[in-house]
Amino acid sequence: MSFLIPCPHCGARDVSEFVSRGEVTQRPVEPPSFLEVAVYLYFRRNVAGPQREWWYHRRGCQTWFLATRDTRTNVVTEVELPLEFEKIP
Amino acid sequence: MSHTPGSRLPQREGEKIDRKAHISFLWSNKRIQAFRGDTIASALFAAGERVFSRSFKYHRPRGLYCCSGHCPNCMVQVGRTPNVRSCVEPVREGMDVKPQNVMGSLTRDLLQITDKVGGPFTPVGFYYRTMIHPRRAWPLYERVLRNVAGLGRIDKHARRAGRFDMEHRHVEVLVIGGGRSGIAAAEIAAGSGHQVLLIDELGVEDGLHIPGVEVIAPARAIGIYEGKLVPVEAGNILYRIRAERIVVATGAMEQPLLFPGNDLPGVMLPMGARRLINDWSLKPGDLAIVIGTGSEGLAMADDLTGAGVRVADLVDLRSRMPKLHARGSKGRLAAVGIDGYEQECDLLVASGGRQPNYSLLAQAGGVIEYDPARGIFVPTILPEGIEAVGSVAGEMARGAVPAATFSGAGGAGKSFVCICEDVTEKDMKRAIAEGFEGIELAKRYTTVTMGPCQGKFCHLPCIRMYAQQTGTDEATIGTTTARPPWSPVSLGVLAGRGIEPREQTSLHYSHLAMGATMMWAGSWLRPHSYGDAEAEVKAVHHALGLIDVSTLGKLLVIGPEAAVFLERMYPNKFADLKPGRIRYGVLATDGARIFDDGTIGRLSENVFYVTTTSTGAEGVLEWFEWWNAIWQLDIEIFNVTGALTALNVAGPRVRELMPRLTDLDVSNESFKYLDLKHAEVAGVPCILLRIGFVGELGYEIHFPSPFGEYMWDKILELGADLGIRPFGVEAQRVLRLEKMHILAGQDTDSESNVLEAGMPWIVKWDKDDFVGRWSLEEVQRRGLKDKLVGFEMANRSIPPEGGQIVLDGSPVGRVTSCRWSEEVNKVIGMAWVPMALAEEGATLSIKVNGSVKAATVTLKPFFDSEGSKLRS
Repeated sequence: MSFLIPCPHCGARDVSEFVSRGEVTQRPVEPPSFLEVAVYLYFRRNVAGPQREWWYHRRGCQTWFLATRDTRTNVVTEVELPLEFEKIP
Repeated sequence: MSHTPGSRLPQREGEKIDRKAHISFLWSNKRIQAFRGDTIASALFAAGERVFSRSFKYHRPRGLYCCSGHCPNCMVQVGRTPNVRSCVEPVREGMDVKPQNVMGSLTRDLLQITDKVGGPFTPVGFYYRTMIHPRRAWPLYERVLRNVAGLGRIDKHARRAGRFDMEHRHVEVLVIGGGRSGIAAAEIAAGSGHQVLLIDELGVEDGLHIPGVEVIAPARAIGIYEGKLVPVEAGNILYRIRAERIVVATGAMEQPLLFPGNDLPGVMLPMGARRLINDWSLKPGDLAIVIGTGSEGLAMADDLTGAGVRVADLVDLRSRMPKLHARGSKGRLAAVGIDGYEQECDLLVASGGRQPNYSLLAQAGGVIEYDPARGIFVPTILPEGIEAVGSVAGEMARGAVPAATFSGAGGAGKSFVCICEDVTEKDMKRAIAEGFEGIELAKRYTTVTMGPCQGKFCHLPCIRMYAQQTGTDEATIGTTTARPPWSPVSLGVLAGRGIEPREQTSLHYSHLAMGATMMWAGSWLRPHSYGDAEAEVKAVHHALGLIDVSTLGKLLVIGPEAAVFLERMYPNKFADLKPGRIRYGVLATDGARIFDDGTIGRLSENVFYVTTTSTGAEGVLEWFEWWNAIWQLDIEIFNVTGALTALNVAGPRVRELMPRLTDLDVSNESFKYLDLKHAEVAGVPCILLRIGFVGELGYEIHFPSPFGEYMWDKILELGADLGIRPFGVEAQRVLRLEKMHILAGQDTDSESNVLEAGMPWIVKWDKDDFVGRWSLEEVQRRGLKDKLVGFEMANRSIPPEGGQIVLDGSPVGRVTSCRWSEEVNKVIGMAWVPMALAEEGATLSIKVNGSVKAATVTLKPFFDSEGSKLRS
């Protein structure tokens, strides 16, 4: 892994400056079923292709943002600050 | 035919040696004279040496072959460093050079016996089939094999040989290769205003000067990684070069011919012979035979003649395809047989033409295809931003001669496909016969292409042989996957200098001055003790103790929705926490797994002061920020860990000390347990927290770090007559264990939740959703399985952390903490046990040093179980 990520604040930086929380998941709304919780905790779509992911610029501006990365090529096509992220209660 | 010292020719134009600068070094404890500009190999060659190493498996004598730093033939041990390529390693005064992989001497290697008799017993892959039975004999087999095979020896007791560093670079254009095409590309790029860096593997210090271009040489590109990252090894520095565009100009490599005896000292590639003559003015032999392709062979013959070598025969492979064999005598080339006619000679310069060095391009994702017209593999499609120029792109007069590299073989004796790993033509044929028909399988089975040259000299011949043997063609056989490193690299360069981030508190030097033994706590350095941990514990219990707790993570959560945020993050409530009060909190994931704990104090309606564990500040900040990226609540989070120093002063005499430091009323009535107040302490504005991690009445004092040493000294000075003592982490661990206060990460792991960790009181079910709630509900529904409990040993033996709790002979739990406590007068600890054993007074069997010892379960703190001291 040595690709570059265009941080929305800092520009293109080495991936080693960032940490990822993996694909964007939807936290279930209250009260969820047992299955919904299990799926939320343990299941990922794991797509081969463009995937929307959480990234954090740990060794930089310390901001969380959403990046769309092609998991096959590691090309990051889009980054966005989570300002418009759906508010989850 | 004699090889006398005196191979050095009279001064020649363009030579790279300075005949006025003399350097001497040791070779097998013999002093060798050299000139500045010599490499180890050129100096040894000038001194008459012809055998430079013994081969990997058969211990055959090997001499200079490529002379360009690619083949394994000239590898030697320099000082403690094995596998130094002597043909590219400059001589240094006094260096200690020795041959490697030799028992005896280079000329009389006792292990050469493997070449004479070993053949039938050591066919390809023999190590997969033999020496398996009896199993107990393996250590013996292993010892013998390790002695016989291999490349040099590592000194197991050697220390770091030098200082290695990594340097990060960013360039617009990176040119790999300083040949004609590389230089031209660099000039053009620089001319159009780009920032250009060129690396070259053979360039010498005063070699390349290109206007507007930075040159790093000698330096070798290890590979091309994604994101156009090129690690480049340059002596003790690893450059990590990030380029916007990469121009690969790695040229082409002359390919060996396959024929019996093709590895004898005296058989050379044209590039090797040419370097001996041109760079170091050395006469490569007396009587030579040249086998080449077209004008390249002619040019070689001219070069040799110019150096005074007689050329007995010149074979152009385009017009004639002879059967070849080489005969040796006393471990050197003595004659070459061409179609059965033997001609005496001491030098055979042979090449089957050139093959592009496409490896870096293939690593970068380029498509490599076989061009039958030229008989070579060439790059056809390249990824964006990566270009190939010159020979590597196939731009050369003619490529290799396909048939010549294989079917010319004649005569008996070993014909080597791979000189690095001693793989013969016979081995390859046998591998095919055994069913390893694919080239990738053949590589893994025979180890061909896996030696130090990384396939530079064996990949193409091996593909050709496979094509011929299987009745297909090179395009069908295809290439093996190109992987880094393209050039061998020492582990030291990859490991770099041991740079670990290190955090120290504002009181670091005060601790050192007081004789503290420092220990690592994550990236922090903390005092383990000041010499006597037991006395430090005693001081806290009976007088006063002072500890530096600045390593605690400290976060400010500020905003109108701060309370809402914290209610969602922690299982307990914060909306009802009054300003000036503190509450303990445990952070867990949505899977209910505990990952940090700390205290949360409310400074005002909208300002919370959150502490984390010593190593947890960054993780908790990240965790908070992530959740708020989702929730977008109106809060801000600030990490003030480094800005504030924190001290904990505790002990029964603390109320005698406090009035000497502050005007604040510290009576129990006005400053209760878990209260938080702003106050001036010793004239410094502070936050005071009445918290009792160590079990005695105490206060945490948090204040701006610049006052750290002043405050530390002041408290020790004013508490001197009260018996105050600084205490370290070891004493703190005993004290907190007496109170059964958990250490997140030590007493808990990624499977622990607050219910099973014995803190059900922390979870407030009558509030809204919080992180981890659903999983905790599930834990409650399924019932607790294990529990974190305290235990007291029946005797004084101390189980190790991680020690097994056994029940009916099976492990059922484990010890997480254990210490001798003078105050309790027992060995006390904490352990995870099954619910059946989690009863007050239950008996545990704990493994200590192989025997089983008894212990009794305790659910209440060992010391001051009602917490009356904390509240006094």
